[in-house]
Amino acid sequence: MKVLKLISRNTVRHRLRTSLTILGMAIAVMAFCVIRTAIIAWYASAETAAPDRLIVRNAISLTFELPISYGDKILEIEGVNAVSHASWFGGVYIDPKNFFPRFAVDAESYLAIYPEYPIPEEQREAFLRDKNSAIAGIQLADRFGWEIGDIITLQGDIYPGTFEFVLRGIYTGAKENTDEGTMFFHFDYIDEVMRQTLPGRDGSVGTFVVRIDDPARAAEISETIDALFVNSLAETKTETEEAFTLGFVEFSGQIIQGLQVISIMVIGIILLVLGNTMAMTARERINEYAVMKTLGFRGPHIVGLILGESVVIAVLGGLLGLGLSWLVIPGMRAALSVFLPAFPLEPITLILGFAAALLVGILASVFPIIKALRTSIVDGLRIID
Amino acid sequence: MAEPLVRVQNVFKSYYRDRLEIPVLRDINLDIARGEFLGLMGPSGSGKTTLLNLIAGIDRPSAGTIMVDQQDIAKLSDRQMANWRSRNIGFVFQFYNLMPVLNAFENVELPLLLTRLSKSERRRQVETALGVVGLSDRMDHYPNQLSGGQEQRVAIARAIATDPDLILADEPTGDLDKQSAEDVMSLLVQLNTEYQKTIIMVTHDPRAAESAHLVQHLDKGELAEREAMR
Repeated sequence: MKVLKLISRNTVRHRLRTSLTILGMAIAVMAFCVIRTAIIAWYASAETAAPDRLIVRNAISLTFELPISYGDKILEIEGVNAVSHASWFGGVYIDPKNFFPRFAVDAESYLAIYPEYPIPEEQREAFLRDKNSAIAGIQLADRFGWEIGDIITLQGDIYPGTFEFVLRGIYTGAKENTDEGTMFFHFDYIDEVMRQTLPGRDGSVGTFVVRIDDPARAAEISETIDALFVNSLAETKTETEEAFTLGFVEFSGQIIQGLQVISIMVIGIILLVLGNTMAMTARERINEYAVMKTLGFRGPHIVGLILGESVVIAVLGGLLGLGLSWLVIPGMRAALSVFLPAFPLEPITLILGFAAALLVGILASVFPIIKALRTSIVDGLRIID
Repeated sequence: MAEPLVRVQNVFKSYYRDRLEIPVLRDINLDIARGEFLGLMGPSGSGKTTLLNLIAGIDRPSAGTIMVDQQDIAKLSDRQMANWRSRNIGFVFQFYNLMPVLNAFENVELPLLLTRLSKSERRRQVETALGVVGLSDRMDHYPNQLSGGQEQRVAIARAIATDPDLILADEPTGDLDKQSAEDVMSLLVQLNTEYQKTIIMVTHDPRAAESAHLVQHLDKGELAEREAMR
């Protein structure tokens, strides 16, 4: 009990230094939690994938397209119950910085295959009726203040030209982590413009989305689809939606690896911050430890004092960092919703953040403890404050 | 003849600096009787503090034996030595060496935390010790709220809190003004005469040395003359 009192009083002995160390710990733990959350968010998109959906793309690369006629052939395969297609539009909305995903789709079949994008029935009907119409997620609409009936003009790049869309519907994601930052419009409208302005550029789509009866047959049906187009001008690569999404994540593999390295470096930095504080602390108190040893206190008592103080500072910094994460991450979630629809602060992240702080608290005390224990009483007593 | 409380026999002590042996004490033989007040004097580097540290069990001799109350302390393990110190030695430092984050009461209580005394027993011992040094009214004061003399008296209270037979003082007046030094010396004399504490005191101060029964001089690590003071 008295040792705890001594630890607590030692902790607040240099208030400014302790406060700055705790603050440094807190910011580092918050950075750790934010980075971990970003990594989780990156992979979270794959979690929204449905097991009964396959994605068919050009075997060479996503940047190569597939003939739209493939859709009917795929639909004939046994076990396939619906086919749609989606093409990445790219383009610019007013300014390149206003980035958001835009897809040209076969509207009716696409909405049927993706029930997670529900829109009110009258909006759905209006969207399907009007070829130059579009729908947008509620976050996207809120971001730009769009309302039903607004004209949205996109400057195409992959599909050159100026395209005007009437916003006919706004969807709210059916699940918590459903992307609400995307705009969908009719492929027919884009294709028609291409046919008129760039003949030969029409009739091709980016990917097919295939819904199957039995998710257990995904591999078999994928092989059947790919076999159907083998030795054709545009061979296909079919995979589950989850594998397809993870493939996208792998495109960003170096970024994720970089983030993981940074998160480890953050732990290293907080170790140095606290280690430096504890080293200074122990150096200043070598004389006191010598006095305590003279009085009969032994190594375990000295270890308890140094370790206790280090852990107290680390835990306080860690808890403050977790609190900051809890405050900051919702704001980041809102800011990054277009790029990372799910940005969840998960319990495992909080546990890891706290565990990292605790580990740092223990490790930071190792060298000061060794120094304090190795310093003889006689040498310690020679040191005068 | 009664067995001395402290018997130092054929003690040598050397330190090593970069493999270079530096002899500090050479063939020291010294008996200190129970209830004696011995002053150790000598020029800087003569080995006074080293001898005191050896008797206190905070350093070990290179050769020879040190018997304290018939216990050969050089044979004790580090752990046994720490326990032995906590029970048998009261140490008074030149610079008081109080814990700045603990008040006077808590500083005096510190060595008692290593005993099996209950909280109320510890309180009684601390109050007694602080009463002996005349600081009953300063229990709640922190070291930075006390004068140098008061700090040294708290340090003396800490040294006697466990009621050891032997008190070792390393220049206890070295950092004090004249009046405070006299107060501290009066206190040590009182501990020696009234409470029968055996005291070994290293000092440079001839006035402080006058309080001792005997003054043992050291020179270049060897015992020199011994003079009776009172």
